[in-house]
Amino acid sequence: MSLLSVRDLHVHLGESHVLQGIEFDVPEGGVTALLGRNGVGKTTTLRALMGLVDRRGSITLAGDEISATPTHRIVRRGVGYVPEDRDVFAGLTVEENLRLAERNGDARYDLVYDLFPELRERGRQLAGTLSGGQQQMVAIARALLNDNRVLLVDEPTKGLAPALVTQVADALARASELTTVLLVEQNLGVVQRVARDAVVLDTGRIVHIGPARELLASEEMVHRMLGVGHAGDRP
Amino acid sequence: MSTLLLLTITGVGLGALYFLIASGLSLIYGLMGVLNFAHGAFLTVGAFGMWYAESKLGGLGVLPRFLVASLVGLVVGGVFAALVELVLIRPLYRRHIEQVLVTVGLGLATTALVVAIWGNDARPIAYPGWLGRTTTVAGAHVPNDRWLLIAAAVVVLVALTTFLKRTRYGLIIRAGVENRAMVTALGIDVRKAFTLVFAIGGVAAALAGILGNVYFTTADPNRGTSLLIFAFIVVVIGGLGSLRGTAVAAVVVGLVQQYANYYASTGLGDLSVVLLLGLVLLARPRGLSGAFA
Repeated sequence: MSLLSVRDLHVHLGESHVLQGIEFDVPEGGVTALLGRNGVGKTTTLRALMGLVDRRGSITLAGDEISATPTHRIVRRGVGYVPEDRDVFAGLTVEENLRLAERNGDARYDLVYDLFPELRERGRQLAGTLSGGQQQMVAIARALLNDNRVLLVDEPTKGLAPALVTQVADALARASELTTVLLVEQNLGVVQRVARDAVVLDTGRIVHIGPARELLASEEMVHRMLGVGHAGDRP
Repeated sequence: MSTLLLLTITGVGLGALYFLIASGLSLIYGLMGVLNFAHGAFLTVGAFGMWYAESKLGGLGVLPRFLVASLVGLVVGGVFAALVELVLIRPLYRRHIEQVLVTVGLGLATTALVVAIWGNDARPIAYPGWLGRTTTVAGAHVPNDRWLLIAAAVVVLVALTTFLKRTRYGLIIRAGVENRAMVTALGIDVRKAFTLVFAIGGVAAALAGILGNVYFTTADPNRGTSLLIFAFIVVVIGGLGSLRGTAVAAVVVGLVQQYANYYASTGLGDLSVVLLLGLVLLARPRGLSGAFA
């Protein structure tokens, strides 16, 4: 059964018709990767699911329509979001960034500090003074702090050093044991490691849906749909 | 020396008055991106709420009457500001031109309404006798209302800073100043923080109105409009959204105004403030502090 269903979803940004009636399902459990070349609408898809851009069409979460629901209520229904550019609050400390994300009394600090022990040590440091990798840890930690039904994670390894990519991939693998993840990711090594299903976007339309392993095993499909040579090494 | 001291304390007192108006203006812009041209109306409503209550509390002594009337003015200012946000601003988020039109219109309409009801003349205020006397400091006879203005501004600055640092709503407001969309993406209804910030701004502006009544000894329907201009200058110099920058800028503006009026020529104070604004914007286009709350 699918946890998240998208039907005939359209988004216009200015004059551009960025999403042109896309349809896909995210099954419960595991990681579904949303793939595609740069600029095809992957980030816009996540932002549309979150209600952060005006959109038209149907989005259901566990059968409930959320396409007209404001962002904060979508989140309270159990949707966590890790944005592309991390969007940590630079003027707040790490602790304050995490505290802000708490939605109820049983925030999972044990899980977060187990995955990212560095965040405990840097609790009083301003988030704006952290490295890119540390900021990414804060962004993921904010989403993992609550018991979400689905996490929307946008390019979590973008711009990170290889060692940090591995750490983030470990965190995603652990997160996928606890909840459903819809992952936008350019690093196909990470996708190969964590994703069960793959949805491929091209210029605002869905062009492929299927098991991630099958897609990544086909050099021809990877080249044609994603514009890259091969899945690359595992992180 | 005593003249310089008197000018300095009066300048800081005037800066305190500007800070009380500008603090709310700065927070509202920082969090919501709303240039609230109706902020002077909050001051007017608070000032006249205080004056009206004071005029109806004849049975009480001067001090309790002043305190109760001031409390009424603060409540009226806060409630009025919250209603403005809920009824007029909320439907216009992201529509900046309409916001400007509505807030400018509300500012003008509020003054016109007060004039229509109570006339254009300034209304005398009764206040405790101590406020009308002076305290001698190093040979300077400093009017006591200056101390009250400075004390009130310090209390508001400390209270607002503590609120922003120590409470969850403060955390939401500080985060919202940086990135409003991400705050909602954490499951927070940021609109409640908007209403709260408007109410806080309204109370601070009403306090400025009440203390302005004491400083000028009258309640004047046009004071909100004239002080709002200086409050905007303070906010721009201080850095939109920065409480600390606003406090520093308010004191600088108050001092420059006083010194220029005395040492250059009466009337040059206002011009000096505009020149100061130009110089600061040339040197630091984002104001003294940039945007941090």
